[in-house]
Amino acid sequence: MLKADSLACERGGRLLFRDLGFALPPGTLLRVAGAKGAGKTSLLRILCGLATPAAGTLTWADEDIAGQREAWTRRLAWIGHANGLKDDLSADENLAFALRLAGIAATPAARAAALARLGLEGRAHLPTRVLSQGQKRRAALARLALSASAPLWILDEPLAALDVEAVGTVTALIGAHLAAGGSAVLTTHQDAAFDAPGAQRVDLGG
Amino acid sequence: MLEAFAAVLARDLRLAFRRKGDVAQVLVFFVIVASLFPLGTGAEPNQLRAIGPGVVWVAALLAAMLSLNRLFASDHADGSLEQMLIGAQPLGGIVAGKISAHWLVSGLPLTLIAPVLGVQYDLPAEALGVLVLSLALGTPVLSLIGAVGAALTLGARGAAVLLALLVLPLYVPVLVFGAGAVTAALIGMPSQAHLSLLGAFLAFSLVFAPLATCAALRIAHD
Repeated sequence: MLKADSLACERGGRLLFRDLGFALPPGTLLRVAGAKGAGKTSLLRILCGLATPAAGTLTWADEDIAGQREAWTRRLAWIGHANGLKDDLSADENLAFALRLAGIAATPAARAAALARLGLEGRAHLPTRVLSQGQKRRAALARLALSASAPLWILDEPLAALDVEAVGTVTALIGAHLAAGGSAVLTTHQDAAFDAPGAQRVDLGG
Repeated sequence: MLEAFAAVLARDLRLAFRRKGDVAQVLVFFVIVASLFPLGTGAEPNQLRAIGPGVVWVAALLAAMLSLNRLFASDHADGSLEQMLIGAQPLGGIVAGKISAHWLVSGLPLTLIAPVLGVQYDLPAEALGVLVLSLALGTPVLSLIGAVGAALTLGARGAAVLLALLVLPLYVPVLVFGAGAVTAALIGMPSQAHLSLLGAFLAFSLVFAPLATCAALRIAHD
């Protein structure tokens, strides 16, 4: 269970939020809402351990994650605002490298299936430079299909640039992850996609 | 650790292979600079022999610096670096992989092509041997120190200029001892002392540069 206690974040001398607390038991989803610049991405980066909070603590299974960064990040699957794809590599090569970094073993067949699930069959071996924005996003999200072993998914605008069909696939992936006892934190502008029962919402205002 | 090293090394070499122009740019710069000096200074063999070691070393140093900007900047821009920082693999292995790949596509080709350029300066065979040896010991130091600078200037405005200002002073000892080794061999003196010092620089930066680079990358993302 991920627990945040009186978190505060400061960016460029401006206080973005303070006294933020939540508890995220296994199998639940947390939606971070708020206006542009309210600190949604900053909160996700704090949860990832990329940034340190100005105040407050974060615990996972009652252990503080500060100071055990590598043990913590091993439990995460993070998809940021940027896709993290190299233009000169194909979607398949990008996925293979991302999985290797995440310490997930996957056969070429499993990778092909994951890419096909996101609707990239026939394009998996093209350089990602020639793919459209939506296809690039889907290539980045394909690793979620193989990230069942990561208990916490942190996703920054996972549905940006996706069409209706791909939104369905991604919400189904997240739903399956939650049903299997995983948890997820995400930001999105598409309210309808995630009004699952038990979903929590944190509003940063702004 | 080894897994991260191997994965990043293989990826960066594959990327370099797909973008041969970037690798060629470094080599072409090196060859052009080192070839223009004899044309500019005149073809007096004694004079050429005297300036040869310094010119080849300065050209190699500037060529190695050319590609430093790209070491982390492109991974930073497209979000890959974030994934590397968050992944399950230790950052030290990742950084070591990136530095090794940088040396393999910049320092190593420079070292291999240097004897050809040395011939332009009428360097005798034993001096050419020392030139290759000094570059083989010195260019990894350039990549290692350069990586610290590249990580420190990540995301800064005018990063290229800042990087040069930061890294060039640290390159000076490598240049002095590298060119010094070749000059010593040229006048028939033993060059072992220079080469040993270069080796010491290499050992020192092998230990400390990756640590400093990791710390700088973490700070850049905070």
